[in-house]
Amino acid sequence: MTTESLARDLSRERPPRVSLRRRLRRNLRGYVFVLPWIISLLVFTAYPMLASFYFSMTDYSVLKPPVWTGLQNFKVMFTQDPLYWKSAYNSAYYTLLSVPLQLVIALVLAMMLNRKARGIGIYRTIYYLPSLMPVVAGTLLWMLLLNPRDGLINEALSFVGLPKLGWLQSSAWSKPALVLMALWGSGWLMLIFLAALKDVPESLHEAAMIDGANSWQRFWAVTLPLLTPSIFFNLIMSIIGSFQVFAQALIAGGTGNSSGPLNSLLMYMVQLYRYAFLYFEMGYASAMALVLFLVLVAITLVVVKTSGSWVYYESARR
Amino acid sequence: MQRTHVPANLAALRRRRRLRRILSIGIEQLVLAAVAVLFLIPFLWLIITSLKPIDQVFTSPPQWIPEPVMWSNYVDALGSPAFPFFLLLRNTLFYVVLSTIGVLLSGALVAYGFARMDFWGKDTLFAITLSTMMLPGIVTLIPTYILFRWLGWVGSYAPLIVPAFFGSAFNIFLLRQFFLTIPWELTDAAKVDGAGDLRVFWQIMMPLVKPALLVVGVLNFMYTWNDFFGPLIYLTKSSEYPLVMGLYAFQTQHGIQWNLMMAASLAVAFPIILLFFFAQRYFIEGITLTGLKG
Repeated sequence: MTTESLARDLSRERPPRVSLRRRLRRNLRGYVFVLPWIISLLVFTAYPMLASFYFSMTDYSVLKPPVWTGLQNFKVMFTQDPLYWKSAYNSAYYTLLSVPLQLVIALVLAMMLNRKARGIGIYRTIYYLPSLMPVVAGTLLWMLLLNPRDGLINEALSFVGLPKLGWLQSSAWSKPALVLMALWGSGWLMLIFLAALKDVPESLHEAAMIDGANSWQRFWAVTLPLLTPSIFFNLIMSIIGSFQVFAQALIAGGTGNSSGPLNSLLMYMVQLYRYAFLYFEMGYASAMALVLFLVLVAITLVVVKTSGSWVYYESARR
Repeated sequence: MQRTHVPANLAALRRRRRLRRILSIGIEQLVLAAVAVLFLIPFLWLIITSLKPIDQVFTSPPQWIPEPVMWSNYVDALGSPAFPFFLLLRNTLFYVVLSTIGVLLSGALVAYGFARMDFWGKDTLFAITLSTMMLPGIVTLIPTYILFRWLGWVGSYAPLIVPAFFGSAFNIFLLRQFFLTIPWELTDAAKVDGAGDLRVFWQIMMPLVKPALLVVGVLNFMYTWNDFFGPLIYLTKSSEYPLVMGLYAFQTQHGIQWNLMMAASLAVAFPIILLFFFAQRYFIEGITLTGLKG
């Protein structure tokens, strides 16, 4: 991520050789500063990561000590728990639908905001505003807007002659409804794109214009390649975020036995939450968490591996 | 149409070009404004609904002006025993303020260590720090919960606040980047005068990086204000809930009183939107830094 700054640090000249005792003392002083973080890494990252491997192979109800069961949790999960696959399917469906749409819309909005139009600061604030909404408040608002009977969205649909949809009350439309919410709140992706667009040098556009490139060609040949690092970053972040979508699905899914109609809002995280904090089956929930973790790491690695062919780093060119 | 190069046509050509420019500016503004309306209508509907009597919430065609305007909805929602606003606000501020103090203190201290100190394994440690930023939090969730349960902290704010005092990767990274931009001469001079590292850090570095501290503070303020998952799993008593949890509890109990629910939602969202307007510059700076140099 910051290979550049890392390299800069490494290349800075080291202070001249000093006695071992002074070096020891200097090291000690350095460790004093980063000590809280070392503790945090050990206690809140390293230990839980290792422990989750162990817990995932136990039957653990919190009240009684964990009982070793080997791969039993994974076996049940993959072969005997239809809701597990339902939740995995729902989250994958949601991710596949929302990530591309979010990225495209955020990019289009960012490009609109990158123009030198009057009042652009106000527009930027307005486009960004929805992402400030606390997720609980935002979800309640969208449940109101998407009400199947006389919600505002359905009123708008029937106003233009389209049929009203069931949205969160229909198993087919509940996930697109969540995607709609995500699109409304994709302002943070937009801001990251906007920052990258501001870094595209004007001179490159001028050079392309002199060569006779129209605005569409300039977008493909100049803007887009320079944006690939931020597309790469936003892609990874939104995949990880979408796979772990939780609060919206939990709230919109309701408190009944089924999460949304026919469990269509039973996202992976909702299912995991139920096992861990409602049924207190920590072993099974750990196994679920571990699988999701490995899947996300694998997806990230695939994106990183392929990034060499489509992400353009300016620093590499120099 | 036939193209001519007679000078008399030059004025017409110029006029046409001007017209086209005005037209394109007009279209640009139209598109920008149309999208803005699309983004704002939900907010508008939130406010309108919060002021309606309950029987006007769902009507066909939609009713845009409440009749009468029910200001009392706010009194009813915020005074309702199911949504004790001021108690929830107090809990939220307790969480937000303590967590932000923790994040600032630990973040600055550790970032100073990374930016200014020398110790064995520093680069490895920093690389690990960066990689944890990408780590999906899901894998640490359950063992961390079990750890806090073992400590007897479940049912209190300790699991939400104590970790903040030990630093978080993103804030450390952000502050370190700022610290690196401070010229060495400034801190070296103080060292020559005999100031220790802690004094240099506290009396020279901290005042210099105030804007960076503001960025981190504002981002953490917003994050904790909106945090739903942490309070959901760690808090057990409704009298200890922060605002967002209070709103969730209100919805599960009074899910059909849309007008009151929207009034409560606005009350939860309003302070954070207000903060955004005051701290917009710092906030956007922080967000863009996240993706910068990606």
